[in-house]
Amino acid sequence: MTKAMGVTRPVMTAEEALADVKDGATVLIGGFGGSGNPVELIHALIDQGARELTVVNNNAGNGEVGLAALIREGRVAKVICSFPRSAASHHFNEAYLNGRIELETVPQGTLAERIRAGGSGIPAFYTRTSVGTPLAEGKPVATFDGRDYVQERAITGDLALVKASRADRCGNLQFHLAMRNFGPIMCMAATCAVVQADEILEPGEMDPEQVVTPGIFVNRLVHVPGAVQEQVLFEQGARYP
Amino acid sequence: MTEAATKPRAAGLTRSQMAWRAAQDIPDGAFVNLGIGMPELAAQYVPEGRQVTYHSENGILGFGEGPAPEDVDWDLINAGKKPVTLNPGASIFHHADSFAMIRGGHIDLALLGAFQIAPNGDLANWRAGNEGIPAVGGAMDLVSGAKAVWCITEHTTKTGEPKLVESCSYPLTGIKVVSRIYTNLGVVHIEDGRFVLKAVAPGVTPEEVAEKTGAFLDISGEIERIAPPA
Repeated sequence: MTKAMGVTRPVMTAEEALADVKDGATVLIGGFGGSGNPVELIHALIDQGARELTVVNNNAGNGEVGLAALIREGRVAKVICSFPRSAASHHFNEAYLNGRIELETVPQGTLAERIRAGGSGIPAFYTRTSVGTPLAEGKPVATFDGRDYVQERAITGDLALVKASRADRCGNLQFHLAMRNFGPIMCMAATCAVVQADEILEPGEMDPEQVVTPGIFVNRLVHVPGAVQEQVLFEQGARYP
Repeated sequence: MTEAATKPRAAGLTRSQMAWRAAQDIPDGAFVNLGIGMPELAAQYVPEGRQVTYHSENGILGFGEGPAPEDVDWDLINAGKKPVTLNPGASIFHHADSFAMIRGGHIDLALLGAFQIAPNGDLANWRAGNEGIPAVGGAMDLVSGAKAVWCITEHTTKTGEPKLVESCSYPLTGIKVVSRIYTNLGVVHIEDGRFVLKAVAPGVTPEEVAEKTGAFLDISGEIERIAPPA
């Protein structure tokens, strides 16, 4: 084998990276609260115009930007999340209480595991979490070694929107502090993982030992230097569009 | 300390004193997840010299106190979405690893709030009835996965209804999961499907605690008189 550069991923504008998103798509959106929230990509998705989306995120938006704005603009048919309520989740709350948006509440660890399973070729798994509670209703239960477990199904997405601090052009990713949260597993579970990165390096410039998400899980890169932070936008009272 | 944390009450412990009492029992060397609200207060009262590592669901082991305002980084927050710092030896990981720590039985203790607890250990703490917007977060993972689940809660609701009840009427978070309860009136353990009083707050009698408990409370054993610091 010759010493050749690895497969690279296209570096695109956000508009180009999201041009082919279809109505009804399932979109995995990284972030926990504002940490790791890919605000610029979500705003590009608002501009792109796809409707009837199913969104998988830990939360359901805050204030007037990012996911909250996507919901306010009427683009989201269903949210799969663990904790929809937040200080300023009024757009989700209002849409849900008026029956305009469907909600699937999932225990946070089950949500993460369903996404990891989706990216790992595992269609379903069993967990103790939610046994005997309303969130287990209608799901198969099996007994292993004398204990009951609930069957949960994998989650996959047509698209993932993920924020990283650094990428190389092969798609290898690194994350600043706790922005990592859902990013690595959402990249794995999506047909097309679009990653915005503050910094984009040439192949070979990222130490392979320090790669958090290998580029095989990443499909498109968007260079967003100095990315905004959802919490900061919220405190500024920002609104998009 | 907030006003709510220090507000004097007619009898029993303040919120800070409840957190202090629970903190005395957090073992040396434990990996601990503290729920949002009163459980979080316990961290500041763990006795000097004990090593405790705090886990945050979003993907941190070993987080510390809040930063100075000029050092806030909104990509370093805890499960309550408050800015934190990292202690020496901290680590950061993705969400599935974070919950593998919980669900795989690696977290020694979860200290959580409660709406209702039954003597068989059933816990309801995510939803008070079926109205409103159901939000569960990591509560169900914590109660089913942590090696021990302790609750810290007022003994009764604001309207005086018991929170320690014969069986939970609110939607359950987990079945047979709670082993200890720290309240403003005392410390209750769950042993063999019964509430057992282990400690009482100053100015409170075991009989008063039993009266405010919605199920049988065994007060026949040795009962510590809690002596909170001034």
